Amino acid sequence: MPFALTPERERTFQELLTRYPTKMALTIPLLQLCQEQHGWISEEVMLFVAERLDLSAAHVKGVVTFYTLFNQHPVGKHQVWVCKTLPCALRGAYDVLHQCEKKLGIKAGETTSNGQITLRTAECLASCATAPMMQVDKEYFEDLTPERVDEILRRLQES
Amino acid sequence: MLKPTEYLTCVYGLPSGHTLPVYEKHAYGYETARRVLTTMTAEQVVAEAKKANIRGRGGAGFPMGIKWSFMRPHPTKPAYLIVNADEGEPGTHKDRTIMERNPHSIVEGCIIGAYAIGAHVGYIYVRDELHLSKARLNEAIAEARAKGYLGPKPFGSSWSIELYVHSGAGAYICGEETSLLNSLEGKRGEPRLKPPFPAQVGAFGCPSTVNNLETMAIVPTAFRLGCEEFSKLSALHNLDDGGVRLYGLNGHVKKPGVHELAVGPTLRELIYDLGGGVLGDRELFAIIPGGSSTPVLRPTDTLSAPDPGSKLHAWHGKCVLDVPLGVDTMRASGTMLGTCCVTVLAQGTDPVMAMLNLMQFYHHESCGQCTPCREGSGWLDRTVQKIFDGRGTMQDIDALHEIAGNVMGNTICAFGDGMAMPALGFVKKFRKELEAYVRGDTKKENARLTVT
Ligand SMILES: Cc1cc2nc3c(=O)[nH]c(=O)nc-3n(C[C@H](O)[C@H](O)[C@H](O)COP(=O)(O)O)c2cc1C
Ligand code: SF4
Ligand code: FES
Repeated sequence: MPFALTPERERTFQELLTRYPTKMALTIPLLQLCQEQHGWISEEVMLFVAERLDLSAAHVKGVVTFYTLFNQHPVGKHQVWVCKTLPCALRGAYDVLHQCEKKLGIKAGETTSNGQITLRTAECLASCATAPMMQVDKEYFEDLTPERVDEILRRLQES
Repeated sequence: MLKPTEYLTCVYGLPSGHTLPVYEKHAYGYETARRVLTTMTAEQVVAEAKKANIRGRGGAGFPMGIKWSFMRPHPTKPAYLIVNADEGEPGTHKDRTIMERNPHSIVEGCIIGAYAIGAHVGYIYVRDELHLSKARLNEAIAEARAKGYLGPKPFGSSWSIELYVHSGAGAYICGEETSLLNSLEGKRGEPRLKPPFPAQVGAFGCPSTVNNLETMAIVPTAFRLGCEEFSKLSALHNLDDGGVRLYGLNGHVKKPGVHELAVGPTLRELIYDLGGGVLGDRELFAIIPGGSSTPVLRPTDTLSAPDPGSKLHAWHGKCVLDVPLGVDTMRASGTMLGTCCVTVLAQGTDPVMAMLNLMQFYHHESCGQCTPCREGSGWLDRTVQKIFDGRGTMQDIDALHEIAGNVMGNTICAFGDGMAMPALGFVKKFRKELEAYVRGDTKKENARLTVT
């Protein structure tokens, strides 16, 4: 079935259209709306975006492949990002990452076999003074300790 | 001397500190924007702004008022105000605090800025991951709009202003201003060749001013105090480096955090007085003064200004820890001021492992447009990895120098230099440690970045 936005997201899209002098400027916002709904950017989603914005599919694909936060494949229901850049690494980020890998039984970049959780590393997330930190879906978890990491993952696995 | 101030941070700790009622009660909410828009011409605003000596808070330190003046005389096309909240430079964590805890200062600053440069529309480009920041900005914009501070007639004036939050999608390079513009336009975030500069051809082909988010947030304070008075708060007013700004502390300090201070604290004051000293009371090993692109310092480094005619001569030969942090003082110390968020490395940190971490970052984030940067970032990463793995040779250390040297000045955007300068800095300051890996005296199995 061809992709379509839910009525609520369609309204958001229509409102966003009024904010920019070109339709092309909607490329990223519209892709984000689609990903929020669909979980990842499939070929159908790209065609949908291209058509709605009068763009070539090649343009849309070029944008999708440029930005790391567009999922080009299906991913887990929850996203766990562990920041591994230097300021976090100075405060134990590598240990946090290893703990997550062990507890989830997967490596960074992989998804648990039940499709629940994708684990990834992130570059500096502007949270260096509360390092180490990780992001779970849209939420930041800062000043992590091994106990808190366990707790966060346990809750996520149970959800 | 440390001069803590609270112009931006006064609402940070308050309940509902991010809302309009608190901003009005505790931070002179929108009084300044009202006065500026109803009593000053745009030309007057720009002339006044220059006196604030606000050096851009995004890292390059360009004077804000002068940047605004490039937008005058008023162009015939529409103009745009673009606010850079992509905050992705490793070790930088200040803009996020303003968005989350004092978003109205940004909105008010944008009203003044848009009016000054002749823009009716402003876009705040926020990196995607900062969901709370985006929500707080959107709330603040809605509150200001409901009051009529934004919209067709802000404060009854005839200069309409709309402000929108635009989300990034995960790319460090989009913090570079021309990459940001491409991203805003819905394209791949690849930097553009300059010239033309954004003031000539910016967003959507129109004249635009790109300023860092903190730069905009401090504008209402400068205008409230009077821009010259504001500038004079700084210890470096006579170097045209004025006012107050946010300083961050991270890494191996006892108390990491963000502090608002008059411009010109020293690293020693930041690390020991505000940061409580080095973690575990260890010796200070190294400092990255303002984000990963600013070359690393050793505590034994000194400022160099041998010319007696130089305004910096008074600090010539002085330990870098005891020099007021400023755009020019850091340049004379062999590094850059950058974003004023300081990363502290304690004795016991492995500098080769630290360098590897950063080179992995740059390798991952190069946009790939220019060959020296695309290839160089990979080479640097792989060569440091090889040395770290114990497979390196002395020639590899020289190769690091050569690769970084070939990137310097040979790329479209400043990412190239921002990668090459710290690489050169690490090779220069930690050659002994790199050589120890080559000789097999140091092994990666024993390398640590943590020190507790
Ligand atoms: C690779 C790279 C990344 C950058 N990232 C940011 C950033 O995240 N935030 C920012 O304000 N400026 C960033 N800048 C600097 C901007 O290009 C630009 O100079 C700045 O937004 C101008 O604002 P200012 O004059 O107020 O500092 C970056 C520059 C480069 C080369
Ligand atoms: S210097 Fe690097 S990041 Fe900048 S345009 Fe060239 S390849 Fe892209
Ligand atoms: S290094 Fe992890 S948030 Fe900055």
